Amino acid sequence: MEKIIQIDQLKKKAEEIRYDIIKMIAGAGSGHPGGSLSAADIGAVLFFNEMNYDANNPEWKDRDKFILSKGHAAPLLYALLAHAGFFERSELKTLRKYKSRLQGHPASLMLPGVEVSTGSLGQGLSIASGIALAGKMDKKKYRVFTLLGDGELDEGQVWEAAMFAAHKKLENLCAIVDRNRLQIDGDTEKVMALEPLKAKWDAFGWHTILIDGHNIPDILHAFEEFHTIKTKPTVIIAKTVKGKGVSFMENQAGWHGKATDREQTEQALKEIKARINA
Amino acid sequence: MKTQDIRPIQDGYGNALLKLGETNPNVLVLDADLSTSTRTNWFAEKFPERFIDVGIAEQNMVDIAAGLSLEGKIPFVTTYGVFVCGRAFDQLRNTVCYSQLNVKVVGSHGGISVGADGGSHQAIEDIALMRILPHMTVVVPCDHFQAHKATMKLAELKGPAYLRLAREATAALTDEDSDFEIGKAQIVTEGDDCAIFFAGTIGAEVMKAVKLLHDKNIFPTIINMHTIKPIDKECIIKYAKKFGKLMTVEEHLQAGGLGSAIAEVLAEEYPAKMKMLAIYDRFGESGQPDVLLDAFGLSARKICEQVEGFLKK
Repeated sequence: MEKIIQIDQLKKKAEEIRYDIIKMIAGAGSGHPGGSLSAADIGAVLFFNEMNYDANNPEWKDRDKFILSKGHAAPLLYALLAHAGFFERSELKTLRKYKSRLQGHPASLMLPGVEVSTGSLGQGLSIASGIALAGKMDKKKYRVFTLLGDGELDEGQVWEAAMFAAHKKLENLCAIVDRNRLQIDGDTEKVMALEPLKAKWDAFGWHTILIDGHNIPDILHAFEEFHTIKTKPTVIIAKTVKGKGVSFMENQAGWHGKATDREQTEQALKEIKARINA
Repeated sequence: MKTQDIRPIQDGYGNALLKLGETNPNVLVLDADLSTSTRTNWFAEKFPERFIDVGIAEQNMVDIAAGLSLEGKIPFVTTYGVFVCGRAFDQLRNTVCYSQLNVKVVGSHGGISVGADGGSHQAIEDIALMRILPHMTVVVPCDHFQAHKATMKLAELKGPAYLRLAREATAALTDEDSDFEIGKAQIVTEGDDCAIFFAGTIGAEVMKAVKLLHDKNIFPTIINMHTIKPIDKECIIKYAKKFGKLMTVEEHLQAGGLGSAIAEVLAEEYPAKMKMLAIYDRFGESGQPDVLLDAFGLSARKICEQVEGFLKK
């Protein structure tokens, strides 16, 4: 995997990912744009700068692992995998269709590059902890990354895993919370308050980093900091905007799981394209 | 038959893990704070670096095992059946089975013979919950010898599997040299009057019932259906054809258990009348194991009565 180092190139990659997310969901007629868009910048940095893997050899044993705990952001994962070369971009238009390898939520038996099936929330951090523990047992160098939604933190299992990973000192594990502050029923602080979120992770024994999840240098620095932590797992709480990059979707809970109509698709793609060409 | 050999079935599991610890470096054992009850403490003492106690967190345990299996490990996830199958069902369904991961799930304390702890701790729905999951293999050994063999075989099998154990020490029906093959029913004794299928340690009661039946000049064929999934269809159909009707005995809910699995085969392949001795739509309760088995109609005496009645019909 050739890494992208320039910040403007990473920004551009994130916008290309956004473009494919919107197109893919519009083609499927359903899907989850809000939480896919909010994590596009984090995803772009992970897949095109931070992680080591080989798209031509998805089973390469020493690859870094990425677990999409918030499985509904499948369009984000599929766009990243396609851009990384795991499969052709043209396959993205099969999303959610019968016989497609691009299931509504990621299914690992169907698509190379998907490490494990997700979709039922709250499980990714436990799975990632298991992979990280195996890596430590076998003295492997790979790291494990997992992306969680903030609404997903309502699941009790996340905190079981948080306790476990700190107890086992899994310094090769990095969790990223996509803190877009919206879940299906609305504002996370009204549905089920998460704050003080940093204090919670601190108390569970994690190294906690707060960043702007749309600021590429911020994201890069956070991963650099993760590399220096040797005694505990790291969590990056990334403040994001749900629906980021499409003006009418931003900060609207209603765009959690809804496809755009023809007019909205055109408008969204136009906005994103303008930034790609800027 | 060595009826004098009375040991808890977990001992077979615990010993098999010790053997696997020596022969297969990929085998890991996970427990949720019940390692003395489940016998995983034997493995823990000998292979501490390969034993993971997750604390009282079954959901986390199953998904940690999922992660470990992705890296080529063979995790044996162990705790009471009622907790692992119930509390971690979603993890078993959506992560382990949906991704077809090589995770072995071991549920101890199956059935009402768990006794004094009562209904909250007696797994009576675990077989139903596990056998409905695509990709899942379900094995219910009858004694410690068979539990040992089943554990060894499951370590070799690729894919998710559930192994159901029980609490009480029961008489061994097999010995060290008995054959054991996943998916192949075992004929314990052949008789000309009827066929009785059982699964698990209740086999000890069934064999006591056989003695009582012999006194009444009734000679049943007894089949140990140690694998619930994949089920040995051929064997079921063979005996349905031979006797025209079948009886099943299990320490599990009638809905979804062994009898239910056999009925599914017969309904499609060779409809035959059945009598299912099982637990009918209720929870267990506290009591002495033998008292409970009798109260639930699963003691040797009650099984014997039921066989007599079934043959008269």
